[in-house]
Amino acid sequence: MDLFLRQVVNSVNLGSIYALVAIGYTMVYGIIRLINFAHGEIMMFGAYFAFIFATSIGIDLPFIVIVILSMALAALMGIIIERIAYKPLRKAPRLSALITAIGMSLFLQNFALLVFKPEPKVMPELISKETFNFFGLQISNLTVVTILLSVGFMILLTLFVHKTKPGRAMRAVSLDKEASTLMGINVNGVITLTFAIGSALGAVGGVLYGIAFTQVYPTLGVMPGLKAFVAAVLGGIGSLPGAMIGGYLIGLIETMTKAYISSSWSNAIVFGILIIVLLIKPTGLLGKNIKEKV
Amino acid sequence: MKKLLTLLLSLVLGLSLAGCSPEDESVRFGVIGPTTGEYSLYGVAVAQGAQLAAQEIGEVLGKPLEVISYDSKGDGAEGVNAYNRLVQEDGIHALIGGTFSGVTLAIKDLAIADGVPVLTPTATNEQVTLDADNVFRACYTDAYQGAVAGVFASDTLGLSNGAILFNKDDAYSEGLASGFKSAFSGTIVAEEAWSAGDKDFSALLTNIQSSGAEFVFIPGYVAEIGAILTQAASLGMDIPMIGGDGWDGIESDYASVAEGHYFGNHYAKSDEAQQVQDFVSNYTETFGEAPNALAALAYDAVYAMVAAIEEAGSLDSEEIVAALASLELAGLVTGDIKFDEDGDPVKSVTMIQVVDGEHVVVEKVSVG
Repeated sequence: MDLFLRQVVNSVNLGSIYALVAIGYTMVYGIIRLINFAHGEIMMFGAYFAFIFATSIGIDLPFIVIVILSMALAALMGIIIERIAYKPLRKAPRLSALITAIGMSLFLQNFALLVFKPEPKVMPELISKETFNFFGLQISNLTVVTILLSVGFMILLTLFVHKTKPGRAMRAVSLDKEASTLMGINVNGVITLTFAIGSALGAVGGVLYGIAFTQVYPTLGVMPGLKAFVAAVLGGIGSLPGAMIGGYLIGLIETMTKAYISSSWSNAIVFGILIIVLLIKPTGLLGKNIKEKV
Repeated sequence: MKKLLTLLLSLVLGLSLAGCSPEDESVRFGVIGPTTGEYSLYGVAVAQGAQLAAQEIGEVLGKPLEVISYDSKGDGAEGVNAYNRLVQEDGIHALIGGTFSGVTLAIKDLAIADGVPVLTPTATNEQVTLDADNVFRACYTDAYQGAVAGVFASDTLGLSNGAILFNKDDAYSEGLASGFKSAFSGTIVAEEAWSAGDKDFSALLTNIQSSGAEFVFIPGYVAEIGAILTQAASLGMDIPMIGGDGWDGIESDYASVAEGHYFGNHYAKSDEAQQVQDFVSNYTETFGEAPNALAALAYDAVYAMVAAIEEAGSLDSEEIVAALASLELAGLVTGDIKFDEDGDPVKSVTMIQVVDGEHVVVEKVSVG
């Protein structure tokens, strides 16, 4: 039982990261029906930004400042990518935008390879590795920070979407773009905001991932990006609470597979879930079944 | 008819090349290793280690000793080309190489046919020395290294419950793990395996943590080991971890999490033995960088080969091979050397503990 609880802590730790990244996929899909495959690369760049702020500035910035700076840069990056790559294709068939997203993902990976070189960089210890006893469970600072940061940002985001004016605009655009335009909503502004928020949260995921697994490298975003995408689909792509639940579920499934079955099965099972969800309930756990408009 | 002619011509060409090897006015050792490309770190170290030894030795049997290095790029076909050039054009008397197991296996059959004495400094694969009387190696095999770690854990550290964490997609890691299992006299209470590309080891480590293991044996390379040790520290694991020569260099990026853990290596830079200190300072002075374990092995391989030639008293391949087979040489940088019937060395592994980011020699252990 004790072992099981400890594995649950591991799952929540990993799931928090997936949930943060999955939010980016689901928000962008909700607004413009695009699966932004470059999102994993934004996560990777977020980790690199944190690495640069932590090692090359010369002053010891507090952890939270590093996170905020990385988020800001990643948000800017998300906005630029949307302007350059996706905006010109807004009226094009959806497949064109999807292919562009894949191209963007590959471009960013190779760009990172060129700029940062292929050798993995060792992430400095931004959070001390002290552990403390929590009702008999050993929990580290890093786990606590990861879970608190993720849950905190998710609560903030939920409040933002439901209680503020830009949040309401966001929900309106996701329901009907044309009608929102008629109501005087600045649709382009909302799309920009969506990319900025999604990318910033992705960057937090990247920074936490880099710290937890000690290294930063150009392909860092590929696997966690794909798994976060599976999480978003599992929860119901387009649904915010769905992405969060999906993230934690994928973290749980992956960790438990490693702990009780075998590490070589974990990826197979996670991606197997994607196939099963698409076959049985393509709208995911919380997704709404939207009828195609004729 | 055309084919026959081609065959005949190439035969003539081959014979003429074989005939034009330079007269025996010097003793020539060939070195094959990846001196360019992404693995150049290894090939350059081997070439430089051999070069340094040759400089120090100077003369063998009254003739100057020469080391000729060619690039294999880490590729079997390139290695075969390099071998042919060394044997046919340069007329080498002995081969110190190849550096990689794959390249060494590619040239093994040619070397058996030619009867050239081969002493590879660094090829750890089991197959390299099997069924080849003239092929020897200066490093220990993966299984041997694992076995030494097992003996070290049970005898030196006196621990009886151990766990193993290894990479099931890597022959090196698996070889060490199985060697460890065969030699560890206690109980293995947990055995966990990760797969290539895994980054999250916390589930596996948590399983080990709750198994009651007193230590964990983790054969792997620095990039993985660093992540594993970091995650183990954040899970609050404070039992000793033991590793193999893939841990070499762990202190440069992961000193804080590697603190107090042990690993086996070919030699320790901090070893106070005179020959080690001399080697480290000479090497650093000559090449402007500290030697790694591969350089030390190549350096020792040249010394061992020279000792065999002097023992044989001639440059005849068969006599050198016979002398190598019965060679017993003490006081080398990487320990004493003596070969078993396969041509694998029976030598001690230097067990190192990381203390304050430095290598501290705990003990030199050997089995068998």
